[in-house]
Amino acid sequence: MPAPLVEFLQFLFSGITSGAIYALVALGFALIYNASHVINFAQGEFVMLGGMVTWALLSQGIDLPLAIAGAVALTMVVGLALEKLAIEPARNADVVTLIIITIGAGIFLRGLTSVTLGKDLHALPSFSGDEPLSLLGATIMPQSLWILGVTAGIVVLLHGFFNYTLLGKAILATSHNRLAARLVGINVSFVLLLSFGLSALLGAVAGILIAPITATHFEVGIMLGLKGFAAAILGGLGNGVGAIVGGLLLGLIESLGAGYISSDYKDAMAFVVILGVLFFMPSGLFGRRGTERV
Amino acid sequence: MADIRPSGYSKHRKPQTYSRRLGTRATPAQVLLSERVGGMLTLLVVIAVLPLLLTNNYQYDVVVNIGINAIVVVGLNLLIGYAGQISLGHAGFFALGAYASAILTTRYGLHGALALPLGALGVGLLAYVIARPILRLSGHYLAMATLGVGLIINIVISREAWLTGGPDGMYVPAIEVWGFELYGGPVWYWIVAAVLVLAVWLSLNLIDSPAGRALRALHGASVAAEVAGVDTTRYKVMVFVLSAVMASVAGSLAAHFSEFVTPDKASFFHSILFVTMVVFGGMASTFGALVGAAVLTLLPQLLADFASYEHMILGLIMMVVMIFMPKGLVPTLSGLARRRRARS
Repeated sequence: MPAPLVEFLQFLFSGITSGAIYALVALGFALIYNASHVINFAQGEFVMLGGMVTWALLSQGIDLPLAIAGAVALTMVVGLALEKLAIEPARNADVVTLIIITIGAGIFLRGLTSVTLGKDLHALPSFSGDEPLSLLGATIMPQSLWILGVTAGIVVLLHGFFNYTLLGKAILATSHNRLAARLVGINVSFVLLLSFGLSALLGAVAGILIAPITATHFEVGIMLGLKGFAAAILGGLGNGVGAIVGGLLLGLIESLGAGYISSDYKDAMAFVVILGVLFFMPSGLFGRRGTERV
Repeated sequence: MADIRPSGYSKHRKPQTYSRRLGTRATPAQVLLSERVGGMLTLLVVIAVLPLLLTNNYQYDVVVNIGINAIVVVGLNLLIGYAGQISLGHAGFFALGAYASAILTTRYGLHGALALPLGALGVGLLAYVIARPILRLSGHYLAMATLGVGLIINIVISREAWLTGGPDGMYVPAIEVWGFELYGGPVWYWIVAAVLVLAVWLSLNLIDSPAGRALRALHGASVAAEVAGVDTTRYKVMVFVLSAVMASVAGSLAAHFSEFVTPDKASFFHSILFVTMVVFGGMASTFGALVGAAVLTLLPQLLADFASYEHMILGLIMMVVMIFMPKGLVPTLSGLARRRRARS
């Protein structure tokens, strides 16, 4: 393999790895947005909680699989509580008001985590060792394979859930027309609750998967949350396929941009590309063209 | 700071609108109690009386910061509250103003009083260029785009260390006027107060002008406004540029007042803080914006006693106020007062 090609492959691997994480976060945004038209700016905190709680349980001597299950369950409880206590009472509020509520929730959760679990950086152990694998001349960490595998599995499961189960179809129906969904007997408030729970699950899984690579910290959710939001917007808000493609694209742009153009501007590049896309496609890549009823 | 009470707005809103609708002349009492005249008078009185209550530098520091934030928030309120366009990136414009003052004075030896308008001009131009493509977007897409602009500004400021000092920030010299250095709380109190009064006066007049009515039409129903012949894009761009310029001016003032700037000024959190101030006080209420700026500048100071619990409490307060008062403090409280009066 010629060296430039190997280098390219290397960037490709790392781009797809972080892209898969962004995709999971973006799916969380899309899920909640579809069910409730709320953009949940506390989504990044779900990611943070996943990693931090897993670390906390591990440090108590609990086995990794059990610690992961515990962290996912706890994050889901937080997600459900957020919907019940903060989103549901403010259902009819303005978009801006709801944004501020979720941002307030994010600040609260960050504060809570820093008080209870501390402000230190923690690394989780990789799921199956740190021996890099060689692939077409480039190297890839086993953890990256875990990330790609789990993400792919989740995407397949979600696809099945939304297309072949009654509950999944109920969520889809609610996202299309809340009133009509209620009229055919769908328990809309349960659907809202469910969407927050699922979204918290996706966030927590993303946070646990990435923690062995980038380490975890009480503020790790801020940037991951914003990137996930960016990916969801890039793909077209509320579109599942869009969220996945948006996430992968974002990861690739960052890694190729950092590799070939400037690593200083890695974080900025993603946002420049998104601004560029929005200027020409105001509803993202796969977004429905909005028609407004006057 | 509870003294900044929009008495005119809350007490006599109805009579004022009635008289205007019927085309009759408002009585002097009504004029005195209207938001424009009465509110302005209240603000002037508060500004005149406040220094009597301030005893130390720390208090001056807090009050000057309230004033600086209020200038940004009054502008942002025009954009969010009246034109109905969200921006999650105004801290970027604030920081650009601050860094324009810092860089032009230290690296190019310009006078501070010249750097401020130059910075504002630059920010105005930048805002004008990006306004058209950005304001075509709506809702969350607009939120994303403005957020992106703010983050890009933040990252550029952090990375270009040769010019900006990077993440460590840079020093800003005091402005010198006729051999007299503008330094310390009391001096800056009056400078910021003057700019704030100007900003409020500008905002109130804009709202009452034909442009202001066009803006409110925009917020209510953008398409309907367009059909009725309002050039919606033009007004949106105008308000976007105006609010960016006001943020830039406030940023320049903040830079010279604190004599130091850091990239933090352009952070996402800072942008959110400005938006929260607008919504907290009450959207589409200029004096609500003042109350929001005052409350949210004071809050972290008061919470500092709680040390590590500070952020938890701040987050909780943000959530609780927004859940129970989704319209903001001023409209909710004045609504309560009006209902109580109607009952008695």
